[in-house]
Amino acid sequence: MSLKLVIRRLLFLVLVIWAASTIVFFIPRLSSRNALRERFGELARTGGFSPADLEKIIASMNRQFGLDRPLYEQYWTYLGNILHLDFGYSLYRYPTTVTELIAQSLPWTLGLLLVTTILSFIIGNLLGAVAAWPRAPHWLRAFATPFILLTGVPPVIMGILLLFFIGFRLKWLPLGGAYSVGVVPTWTWTFFFDLMRHQILPGLALILGSVGGWVLSMRGMGVTIQGEDYVNFAEHKGLTGGRIFRDYYLRNAMLPQVTGLALALGTMVTSAIIVEGLFGLPGIGTMLNLAIRANDFPTIYGIVLFITIAVAVLMTIVEFIYPLLDPRVRSS
Amino acid sequence: MSTVALSPPILKQVERPSRFVLFLRYLRRNKGLAFGVLILLGLVAFTVIGLMTVDLKQAYPLSVAAKKPPSWKYPFGTDFFGRNLLAAMVVGMWQTAFIGVFAGGLGTLIGVVLGFISAYFGKWIDGTIRTVCQILTPIPVLLIQVVIAGSLDKRDVTIVTMALIVVLLAWMGPTLVIRSQVLTMKERQFVAVAKLSGVSDLGIIFKEILPCLLPFIAAAFVAQVFSAVFAAFYLAVLGLGPLREPLLGNIIWAAQSQGAFFNGWWWWPIIPSIAMILILGSLALINMGLDELANPRVRRSE
Repeated sequence: MSLKLVIRRLLFLVLVIWAASTIVFFIPRLSSRNALRERFGELARTGGFSPADLEKIIASMNRQFGLDRPLYEQYWTYLGNILHLDFGYSLYRYPTTVTELIAQSLPWTLGLLLVTTILSFIIGNLLGAVAAWPRAPHWLRAFATPFILLTGVPPVIMGILLLFFIGFRLKWLPLGGAYSVGVVPTWTWTFFFDLMRHQILPGLALILGSVGGWVLSMRGMGVTIQGEDYVNFAEHKGLTGGRIFRDYYLRNAMLPQVTGLALALGTMVTSAIIVEGLFGLPGIGTMLNLAIRANDFPTIYGIVLFITIAVAVLMTIVEFIYPLLDPRVRSS
Repeated sequence: MSTVALSPPILKQVERPSRFVLFLRYLRRNKGLAFGVLILLGLVAFTVIGLMTVDLKQAYPLSVAAKKPPSWKYPFGTDFFGRNLLAAMVVGMWQTAFIGVFAGGLGTLIGVVLGFISAYFGKWIDGTIRTVCQILTPIPVLLIQVVIAGSLDKRDVTIVTMALIVVLLAWMGPTLVIRSQVLTMKERQFVAVAKLSGVSDLGIIFKEILPCLLPFIAAAFVAQVFSAVFAAFYLAVLGLGPLREPLLGNIIWAAQSQGAFFNGWWWWPIIPSIAMILILGSLALINMGLDELANPRVRRSE
């Protein structure tokens, strides 16, 4: 990869982040809603201070947050803050910053997301490759079909079905939460197993909801690669089936799938967030759910922006890894 | 020589059957497409018959006895807020169809127009449109939609605004698809011939290129309907939909916030989930089938 290409990719990354930040900055300002007024109006109703005090509080808050300055100045400060991941304060839990809230919940989401994405990518691609491989046993090839039929089912609905059958009817696994009620988090095996038991259903929902897409695209790739000269060549060399499958067929079919992984990241993250909300896991998804319910706008915007930046950065990283996998791209 | 010339009656015999019959025969080969169309027709029939026979007032809260499991009187049961889920399904299905067709149609239309402008006129126009599409594509659309829907006043959130929110960031896909198709079409000989014979730009676009692109536009439309339904569903599941309406995602959101499974009201989230699976599943099957129809390389012949 030439230096010029690296710089171009990085510039593109900056452009994407800038575009997302600008959209998130201007959309709320176009709306008639005023987050501070709503929040403090609510407090005024319950806390019983007068409308005059309310105006004073809002005025002082506007000054503190710099909302009384001209728009371009606000925008400029905002862009500067984004650069060091400062998304401001949460309205609902005021002294806590949005960055702190994200940092608290990120490990949960990251763990779930990482495990499910890797598993679904590996399982889906293997199944898809086998489904298109003419020498594979028939029953193994037929195994892929039910997964393809699952492509239309969103992970959150998969989660509801799993909750119904496995959690509600069979009572094998818990209906939600990160760990059992009344259990105190400790570094013990019993707690670890309890934790894992609560992660199985959300994880399964995410894997089953996304694996079909990989099966489908990999099967398509596999069909086109079968006719390639190098696969014929390997066969005429008398290599064993397993060797051809692994080194000639799978390796080449995998390459476009890596690009697919980069493109699918955004969808994976959004699915994970919504499934987390469904199961009440303490990750970013539940944080977003609570923020939406509480009209905590800075937290909503902060989470959205953080995820957008994270996805854009990850996509760029995958693009940088790509030449390491494909020598043809490296040399050109 | 006389054997080669065909008499008119024989010509009539080898005439191809009508397009409709051909389509039906094609459906027999393309099982996925046939299955998808069948489910979709079933859903349409359910909605239309339901809209005519069911009391639609029962789709809204406090209209029937609450928390009743499925029975003869309420085939899908009733929810915590006193909605008859059968009526709610009928209305929710109709609203989902509206969002899908409206947002999907508008998104495809914008995509076709921008794609044509971009590919046909080229130069800086093409550069601008392409760059904008490329910058917006990596941004997770749903999250931006969350920001938009969240910024709206709750009273302004209706089925129509939902559809508009979905369209706002969903035209990039069709734009890029149509653009690349027009680019390859532009180089074909028949377009060059039309140009040399003095056909105007608009004439070439509408009479020469557009008809060839119809399968791609149809496929893009179905894909757009799919993603519009998907996006509106996700927004509603997050509680950002019009909360009073029985939109399928709203019902799931309500069931989730009342802890439906913990309380044993299993039918409440399950019924809208199954409806959603049928809608999205049929659209996905049709989408895959149309891909095959539009891409002659994998198309199954008789």
